[in-house]
Amino acid sequence: MMKYLDEFRDPALAAALVDKIRRRSTRPVRLMEFCGTHTVSIFKHGIRQLLPPTIEMLSGPGCPVCVTANADLDWAIALASEPDVILTTFGDMLRVPGSRSSLEKAKAEGADVRVVYSTLDALQIARDNPDHPVVFLGIGFETTAPTIAASILQADAEGVSNYYVFPAHKLTPPATRAILDAGESRLDGIIGPGHVTTVIGSQAWEFLPRDYGLSCVIAGFEPLDILQGIYTLVDRIESGDPQVDNVYSRSVRPEGNQVALEHMYRVFDVCAADWRGLGTVPASGLKVRAPFRHFDARERFQVDPGPVVEPQGCLCGEVIRGVRTPPECKLYRKVCTPHRPVGPCMVSSEGACAAYYLYAGEQD
Amino acid sequence: MCVAVPLRVKSITELQAEVEMGGVGRVVSLDLTPEAQVGDYVIVHAGYAISILDEEEARETLEMFRQISDLMETDDEIP
Amino acid sequence: MNRILLAHGSGGRLSHDLICDLFLPHFTAPALARLDDAAVVEPGEALPTKRQLEFTDSRRLAFTTDSYVVKPLFFNGGDIGRLAVCGTVNDLAMVGATPLYLSAGFIIEEGLELDVLREVVASMRASAQEAAVEIVAGDTKVVEKGGADQLFISTAGLGIVPDGIEISASNARPGDVVIVSGAIGDHGIAVLSEREGLAFKTELESDVAPLNHLVADMMQASSHIHVLRDPTRGGLGTSLNEIAQQSQVGIAIEEHRIPVRDGVRAACEMLGYDPLYVANEGKLVAVIDREDADQILEAMRAHPYAEEAAIIGEVTAEPKGKVLLRTGIGGTRVVDMLAGEILPRIC
Repeated sequence: MMKYLDEFRDPALAAALVDKIRRRSTRPVRLMEFCGTHTVSIFKHGIRQLLPPTIEMLSGPGCPVCVTANADLDWAIALASEPDVILTTFGDMLRVPGSRSSLEKAKAEGADVRVVYSTLDALQIARDNPDHPVVFLGIGFETTAPTIAASILQADAEGVSNYYVFPAHKLTPPATRAILDAGESRLDGIIGPGHVTTVIGSQAWEFLPRDYGLSCVIAGFEPLDILQGIYTLVDRIESGDPQVDNVYSRSVRPEGNQVALEHMYRVFDVCAADWRGLGTVPASGLKVRAPFRHFDARERFQVDPGPVVEPQGCLCGEVIRGVRTPPECKLYRKVCTPHRPVGPCMVSSEGACAAYYLYAGEQD
Repeated sequence: MCVAVPLRVKSITELQAEVEMGGVGRVVSLDLTPEAQVGDYVIVHAGYAISILDEEEARETLEMFRQISDLMETDDEIP
Repeated sequence: MNRILLAHGSGGRLSHDLICDLFLPHFTAPALARLDDAAVVEPGEALPTKRQLEFTDSRRLAFTTDSYVVKPLFFNGGDIGRLAVCGTVNDLAMVGATPLYLSAGFIIEEGLELDVLREVVASMRASAQEAAVEIVAGDTKVVEKGGADQLFISTAGLGIVPDGIEISASNARPGDVVIVSGAIGDHGIAVLSEREGLAFKTELESDVAPLNHLVADMMQASSHIHVLRDPTRGGLGTSLNEIAQQSQVGIAIEEHRIPVRDGVRAACEMLGYDPLYVANEGKLVAVIDREDADQILEAMRAHPYAEEAAIIGEVTAEPKGKVLLRTGIGGTRVVDMLAGEILPRIC
């Protein structure tokens, strides 16, 4: 029995929630789940088929792999190929195609690329290899950024001088604003990312009802969480009462995790960031602050990754913005598959295209 | 973007905790949740606890689900 | 000297001594002891098997080859040696063959401790004994330090397929029932837990085991076994896809019926893995005629390696080549083949 997981997968309760959703939903609505982990969970549990046809689910840009700009990935691949450098990365990034190569290919060609589960592992590799610079590829949103900040603080406290971070983190509320401001597709509600919000607090989403008249529900990742989240959103939309609702209250507080935020902002400053699919979004990225600049891989290393090449015909950017669904891409399934991915949305386990391909087959 | 699981804290040494679920154990950092205690459940992402699971809230949420279920006049059969 | 030297692979005195002092004490087949260039075997010779073999009616041989490069060499519940013997035996058993003879080629990295090699070989002996097979041919090569990761083992296996047995991944028929012999994912998680960088502690053991006696029991209980597969790399999900594609049928399984140990589920949750794709080394999936389901299940559950055998689904006419899963909450999703290596995710 896995406590606090199994109870939230109860089939009978799920059926009841599905029924509730079906009764409450009377008109077509478009809901965006921002977070890639939500996309995966929705597909994995087969939730889409259970929803009434009035509800259309769109995936958002909450897939750090998908939104990492090619320029950044190219830089990391070039760095990995430098002699002596040990590049550590979350597994998610290994197979993502950059302009010409990938970390996996670089590894096959002799680069020392190591997959880690945590920055703690990367730090340990740094301790174990004092003669090598160990660089951690820092992707992720506000869930992950504090953990990377913590690793820098720890390296600083211990005097580990061969540990570096390549900061490619992104912030979610600014990205959400960018999508809404682009006004490309009508959205009626947003399922907010449960673990990002655990860090930033549900208050961080108040701008959605306030500035955009949109409801936002902060949901956890188990089936019952997601179904409850969808129900709550549909209920708000049907009653025309936009609010932020926290249905992941066992982990999310209004003020978030202050310790985590403090760590994050002690090490990082907010800056503009390049997002695949969104272009440059102001105040949506993190850069290393001056006191910790000696941990910044960008400061320490100069590499020339060559010109950036975007994959031809790839609609990843539009998929991320909720403008298109994967099946609408000409390359989807015919050319672009998880075995031969053209763009990151098909590689990342939680990219919308991969989720559709792997879990929905040809049914969608 | 946020694979994270609830794990039970078995023991704490400074800011590191031995946590477990289903008989599998890991060592995670409590840097971001320094107030965690033995017996707490923490939500762990990438080797760090990012929040302490509020068991009261969890109970209430489950209770809410069960109430919904009771109000339903549908069969117990999964459609 | 307690380590393997390059000279051990050169074919001279040292090689000869290695074979006589380290391998032959454990690999005791008479055919091997003759140390000829090839083993000459007579399948009619008495072997300690569970049931009598009638060779006169069997005209088909089953032949398989495999290589083993597992890291670490020793893991909870097993080691590379046991893996090599069981993996080969199981491949033969999956076509309904009675496994008889194995060969084992060892590619050894210079510097490997002799004790390690001895332990691996002893483990192979024990596994071969359990499976009632003989290791009748072997080879050793030594490569320079860095040329191989400690030890690689390459095997071939020979078995006899009794007449009338047609077990193949192309034989699944709509209406058939799909059975798995026990909990999935044990091996993959057990091995993973011992790799650095992903260190998590678990009591979980690899399930590595020879399944030929189990298969013999199943074949005794029914002559309507259509497909047998051991879901090794790529896991159950990949094996089911292979069957669906080769037989051009659909396979529909139910999540709540698939046995998975708590520890495996927990580890998978932590790393973002799916138990359906995690390797097994002591499990089989069987596609059988629905009529014989009860007696096959009974025979399986009576065997120590299949006490948790369970029906997990059925074969359908459509959609051809696809595996559909009914999820715990009543939804449906497609189970595809594993795309590449499974990697731990944070996303």
